[in-house]
Amino acid sequence: MYTIDDAKDVNLENYKVDAETHAYVENLSQIGSTDANQLLDVGVDIDENDRVGSFIQKDKSVIHCKTMQDGVEVMSISQAQEKHGWLADYLWHNVSPDTDKFTSQAKKKPHEGYFIRALPGVKTKHPIQSCLYIAKEGFSQNVHNVVIAEEGSELHIITGCATAPHLVSGLHVGVSEFYVKKGAKLIFTMIHDWGEKINVRPRTVTTVEEGGLIVSNYISLRPVGSLQMYPTTYLNGKGAVARFNSVLVANKGDFLDVGSRVVLNAPDTRAEIISRAITYGGSIIARGDLVGKVPGIKAHLECKGLILKDGLMQAIPELRAYVPGVEMSHEAAVGKIDQREIEYLMARGIDEDEAISTIVRGFLNVDIEGLPQGLKNKLDKIISETQKDMI
Amino acid sequence: MLQIEELRVEVGGKTILKNVNMEIPKGETHILFGPNGSGKTSLMMTLMGFSGYNVTHGKITFKGEDITHLPIYERARLGIGVSFQRPPTIKGLKTRSIVEISAGNRSVDVEELAKQLNFSDFLDRDVNHNFSGGEIKRSELLQLMAQQPDLVLLDEPESGVDLESIVLIGDTINSLLRRGIKHPMEKPHKDIASDRTKSALVITHTGHILNYITADKGQVLYNGVLCCSRNAREILKWIREYGYKECVRCTQ
Repeated sequence: MYTIDDAKDVNLENYKVDAETHAYVENLSQIGSTDANQLLDVGVDIDENDRVGSFIQKDKSVIHCKTMQDGVEVMSISQAQEKHGWLADYLWHNVSPDTDKFTSQAKKKPHEGYFIRALPGVKTKHPIQSCLYIAKEGFSQNVHNVVIAEEGSELHIITGCATAPHLVSGLHVGVSEFYVKKGAKLIFTMIHDWGEKINVRPRTVTTVEEGGLIVSNYISLRPVGSLQMYPTTYLNGKGAVARFNSVLVANKGDFLDVGSRVVLNAPDTRAEIISRAITYGGSIIARGDLVGKVPGIKAHLECKGLILKDGLMQAIPELRAYVPGVEMSHEAAVGKIDQREIEYLMARGIDEDEAISTIVRGFLNVDIEGLPQGLKNKLDKIISETQKDMI
Repeated sequence: MLQIEELRVEVGGKTILKNVNMEIPKGETHILFGPNGSGKTSLMMTLMGFSGYNVTHGKITFKGEDITHLPIYERARLGIGVSFQRPPTIKGLKTRSIVEISAGNRSVDVEELAKQLNFSDFLDRDVNHNFSGGEIKRSELLQLMAQQPDLVLLDEPESGVDLESIVLIGDTINSLLRRGIKHPMEKPHKDIASDRTKSALVITHTGHILNYITADKGQVLYNGVLCCSRNAREILKWIREYGYKECVRCTQ
């Protein structure tokens, strides 16, 4: 089993920083079926139904990229740099390259990443889908993403990350900088499906201006070697709101150290962090950190974990208030499934295994805003499949 | 339908039910009276097979089958259904889903059933999450309406229910037990009554529910012993007049 020390100790030298170039495809249906299946599981709709844009990157190559709605830009970060000179002001603005060795690796050896932007007042009719995919053995994929929701816009993104099925070793470093402008709304859903030995280090920082809203959903149900992230959000404008949901499952040997941090810097800002974690043999550290800097803010943190077999489940909720007049609370619980709930369901005629899986499904069922029905069904199916191993 | 013989039950090493004998024939509704702590709920939990209720002596027979050690879900599938007084909350599981689970293989119109119980707005809420007393009762009965058990065990169906909902709850119980008089014109009463195959054991300590449902018999459980078995209303009159202290005399 991975320990905290192992997980921290990813040796960058063990990974290749170059990969062969993959050809661009005009149409998502041209993507090979092995890759396509992996993409489907992380929310990519190959037919692009109910999507207004797509961005697919395989190793270091952007293999598909398009937008189907006016006022919505989807392109590779290098294209965006060419097109928008002002992007320099946004790159490495939220995240500093010297944060840690991963961010510095992303600065030194960059491999694209996406740029997604909604122009002022533009509202996406459907989500934009993006996927970062690793196919090369031993590759360190270092992407840099920028998302900008301009004033009064509404931007909905579903991003999936996956690897080719045969892949044994790999490292994903993702620097993401999100900008939610005045009165804008960003709904960002990230679904991860890495491999048993893949190490994953996302580094995300979001700033939200007055009246802006960020909803971030993170779902990781499948095996992953080690995942460590602590995305941070700064609510800088009056009335800005952040809502973070995570659904985590640690399989045998997995190590997940996942948290969300929200810094409430302006009056009337609100934050809510909800996490649901299940381990059956892996380690999960579920963190949450709320920082209240001005009076009149409200924030709540809810961290619930179940240990189904063995493993580690550590909930670390933190609240920090720097002034009087803040309202901050947290609720953390780690345990097992309540026998009374199991028997209650059995009294309605289902056996113990069915009762447990019904409760687990419910436990993981954080109401996630704005997910297309097809994707919801897919996630339900993955949860059901995962459960067979859990019990 | 249900036969209980010389039942002795321990909870946490302590004997709660000492020697219970009871028979509920097909089609009959029995009322189980008893003061708080007398073992009424323990009897119900034992009948359903919940963990922690250890049968140390005696036997429970349902529809001719010895169910004393059967798992809970098999008892449910055989046709026993229970309305709990304090059911657990199941976060993330919608009330609609538990009603569907209760229905098993039967096809039921969940929306229509919920409408009858004035519970449509609750179908998309988590099971029992922040439900009031009356809402819990309606949720439990909704599940039973879907389950259609042959033997219904109701634990304090009137407790915590406001006056407005108690009529609705009474009507629903009557309809579950085919004792309703909502559409008397369809068939002559004697046919309706002779079709009656559903049995019930209704736990109450106030007896208030008797204003809304009909019963064939009453029993009193006092200190782990069934000490009285006669007309339910007659028992209620005694209890109202003298409290349960009369039962002390009877058990001596």
